[in-house]
Amino acid sequence: MKPESIIETDNLSRRYHRQLAVDTLSFTVKEGEIFGFLGPNGAGKTTTLLMLLGLSRPSGGSAKVCGLDPLRNSREVKRLVGYLPENVGFYGELDAVQSLEYVANLNGIEREQACGKIDELLELVGLKKEARKKVGDYSRGMKQRLGIAEVLIKEPKVLFLDEPTLGLDPDGALWLIDLIGSLNNERKITVLLSSHILHQVQKISHRVGIMIRGKMVAEGSIETLAKEKFGVGEKQYSLEQIYMKYFREV
Amino acid sequence: MQGLAAVFKKELCDHFSSYRFVILFALIGMVSFITSYMAGIHLRENLEALANTRFPFLMLFSATGALFSMIQFVAFFGPLIGLVLGFDCINRERAHGTLIKLISQPIYRDAVINGKFLAGVVTIAIMLVSIVLVISGFGLALVGVVPGIEEIWRLVIYLIISIFYISFWLGIAILFSILFRSIATSALASVALWIFLSFFISLGADVVANAAAPVKGQTETRPETLIKNIRIKEMISLTSPMVLYTEATATIIDPMRKTTRSMVLISPMEEILASRFQNPLSLGQSILIVFPHVTTLVAITLICFAISYLVFMVQEIRM
Repeated sequence: MKPESIIETDNLSRRYHRQLAVDTLSFTVKEGEIFGFLGPNGAGKTTTLLMLLGLSRPSGGSAKVCGLDPLRNSREVKRLVGYLPENVGFYGELDAVQSLEYVANLNGIEREQACGKIDELLELVGLKKEARKKVGDYSRGMKQRLGIAEVLIKEPKVLFLDEPTLGLDPDGALWLIDLIGSLNNERKITVLLSSHILHQVQKISHRVGIMIRGKMVAEGSIETLAKEKFGVGEKQYSLEQIYMKYFREV
Repeated sequence: MQGLAAVFKKELCDHFSSYRFVILFALIGMVSFITSYMAGIHLRENLEALANTRFPFLMLFSATGALFSMIQFVAFFGPLIGLVLGFDCINRERAHGTLIKLISQPIYRDAVINGKFLAGVVTIAIMLVSIVLVISGFGLALVGVVPGIEEIWRLVIYLIISIFYISFWLGIAILFSILFRSIATSALASVALWIFLSFFISLGADVVANAAAPVKGQTETRPETLIKNIRIKEMISLTSPMVLYTEATATIIDPMRKTTRSMVLISPMEEILASRFQNPLSLGQSILIVFPHVTTLVAITLICFAISYLVFMVQEIRM
């Protein structure tokens, strides 16, 4: 059975001050896959994510997330999609449990249900011991773990992760990448992973898309892209080599 | 609704657990306590001397003890409560990167601003009601006069007008916290507007009125010029919410006040009436006199909130 597409954009565009941040972007993400969303800084990745959530209004084109139009059904889309922004912020005066309770409240999760979930999630992200410490005193790695717990509390179908491993130590980054892999494997969560750390993306992504200057210049599995750029060869090409090849050509 | 309730609850908790609330409450509690104590002492000594005080209880709030009365105090410094509760309400979340997280939850975007505004208004209401109750209890013990039903109603109306007045400043502060990215800028802008509207307008009103219709002393000035001068002065100073509020509440709290206008502007018949009939106004009549003031106060509060709402709804949030 062919997996259905869960995210679909059709000539999606966004203009800022006469400059196109996102230029007639069309791509699809299939249900149950991890899609590596690559591109240089300022390529329009975050803008695309915001449009997919209905937080930003496209200048042209349309998008569909889980079969819904994010512009018209923003609330429903946000119920299904967990978004972890780049450099996500926290309320420093709350502790981990209170932060999670607030997010649970915003998602309309019942109190008793939320308690069980919070316990389970703190266990999953390894914050059980620090659960009653103020988030203001957390390290970067602990904050990122809490951020992951916050997006998981609504039991999303899709995750948008914007640079989740940025600024983490190698150990923390590896743990996070493995966690994303297992969430995809066990909970069947589709992941849209935006990152610059290409070997991490290569490790878990099923397909990747390379976005440069608002346009998707390549989309497909890493093998397909390698074949396209380097021809068939014995040598295994790394995602980094493929990415640089595309980047230089544009 | 679920989003609104969650934001509201969180904001209310934040307000009550913040140091700034505790400091503000202590400060205002202290000052109003002292003012009403002064008024109370003064009242007890002079209660027999006052000819026809039908409402001695209300004088706890309106009598100027040492420096100013309770009403004047709230008029001057009440805005500070609103400003302090609201000046960093949106831009702090923006600076900390929590705003984008908040609006990427399945809530309507207006739940954020409605919840924050509502939490501020409820905080203000709790603050004012508790202070008025404390002063009333204090007054009961000090003066030994029990308030009548009408006095209680007047206090309730006074409270409602005060809550709207301070909410107006809360709305201004929230608007600035949306417009300005920097917390320091929004704090400064709201304080600047407060000083301008509360103090400079009355000064400016004098200057403009004197320039347009110079008054050179009682004897040389024609009555028409004097009236024109006062008209202009009143018109300009009424653009200040503080003047609106002071006139409205003074009339509500003091039943002997029969008009908000200057004595010069009262027609001869009215003057005769005022001097002949020294009876207090009924509550309904008092309300009727300040109705335009109250309506304007409520309207500017709502307009101010509506502008914040609109700006927030169309603004793009990336952080």
